[in-house]
Amino acid sequence: MNETSAALEVRNIHKRFGGLEVLRGIDLRAGSGDVITLIGSSGSGKSTLLRCINLLEPPNEGEIIFDGESLALRRARDGTLVAADQQQITRLRAGVGFVFQNFNLWPHMTILENVIEAPRQVLGYSRDRAIADAESLLEKVGLADKRDGYPAFLSGGQQQRAAIARTLAMHPRVILFDEPTSALDPELVTEVLAVIRDLAEEGRTMLIVTHEMRFARDVSTQVVFLHEGRIEEQGPPSKVFESPESPRCREFLASHL
Amino acid sequence: MPELQGFGAQLAAGAWVTTQVAVYAMAVAVVLGLLGALAKEAPVAPLRWLANLYTGMVRGLPELLVILLVYFGSARLLTTAAGWFGHNGYVELSAFAAGVVALAFNYGAYLTEVFRGALHTIPRGHVEAGLALGLGRRRIFRRIVLPQVWRVALPAVGNIFMSLLKDTALVSVIGIEDLMRETALAVGYTKEPFTFYLAAALIYLGLTAVATLVIHTLERHTSHGMRTLSS
Repeated sequence: MNETSAALEVRNIHKRFGGLEVLRGIDLRAGSGDVITLIGSSGSGKSTLLRCINLLEPPNEGEIIFDGESLALRRARDGTLVAADQQQITRLRAGVGFVFQNFNLWPHMTILENVIEAPRQVLGYSRDRAIADAESLLEKVGLADKRDGYPAFLSGGQQQRAAIARTLAMHPRVILFDEPTSALDPELVTEVLAVIRDLAEEGRTMLIVTHEMRFARDVSTQVVFLHEGRIEEQGPPSKVFESPESPRCREFLASHL
Repeated sequence: MPELQGFGAQLAAGAWVTTQVAVYAMAVAVVLGLLGALAKEAPVAPLRWLANLYTGMVRGLPELLVILLVYFGSARLLTTAAGWFGHNGYVELSAFAAGVVALAFNYGAYLTEVFRGALHTIPRGHVEAGLALGLGRRRIFRRIVLPQVWRVALPAVGNIFMSLLKDTALVSVIGIEDLMRETALAVGYTKEPFTFYLAAALIYLGLTAVATLVIHTLERHTSHGMRTLSS
């Protein structure tokens, strides 16, 4: 990883909710092709960090650099940092996919309509091109036969795979996964992890917040352990899982493996 | 069918006016209701105050009084405003326009509450999913929030329309020649109140039956993808 190859980098991210400091200065960089998993107990700030990257949550401090471009931020009245340039944040959000814990598919649209909405609107694709794209993506996540179905009639695992297809339809350079399997029944977790695993093998750049430790060990190029808003341990999975330096990380892994 | 003594065409014309008042008033009320709901949810405090003042006022006043206030108040307001632009003399809304505005003003307040309730049923994640894909706020509102608000609100909106349709009878007091007024005129000429009030009742029932049918069709068309007890 050299200075120029970072696809995404954050520096000194701080986030407060009222008096509670959830993130206390996070620095993280993802080189092209990196798969970084973020682990840690609940409340450690993993999800908040992910949400700060594309400004779903405005941080209180910090810098976000995507594709070599530092995001212009300005301070809002409540002290948080919000996007100063609407076009730039749209570019970042279009280029950084986000997969939610509860899928957040739009229930009044079919699966196909869910997938083509953003490419048509944001990337300016024609309907035909967006549909062709969507069909091959739905094929890829194993949902070709559900294209005209509505989200409410799909299982959780199918909904999450559809949500991943919707994200992929934007051809993102980086994908953020926020606990993609935490809302799923145990027997549905595997099918979703298999899709994410395929994406990792394609060499996509991804940041994944997860509680699936075995999965994290298998797919990650780097594992980051967060504790109370700070990075406590970081390194390749072999190091973090087998010989962690931090006692807290050891404790956490002991109770989660 | 009772003998209408040649007043049938007049009643039909009245029914047509009633329909028009109801449909126009509803269209304006839906716009007012959406604006009111958005204002109540706005981060800007004065907008919220304004919306609360609006719904509070309508809730606290008899509808008939609001109709009279709008009719006479709007004439004053318009005359004054026209004065600023150099026009001297009396300006007023037509009775029809005043009736539509007054009913819309009333029902917009009820719809404000209905739409606000519907807005609260849309999970924040649906908006976040749009933002995360790079969609703009307007686009998200129009394509993701509004269609869902609409289908959640539709049954209540349908009820409100029925109630509005019946309340059009109130606008006859400002001289609109709606079904109620035409009926009253016919009663005055023929001295046969029961016959004509019965005829009017049947026509109102006919109108509400058509409205019910339209509302049901709309509900069927917007409920796709919803998993409900009945589907």
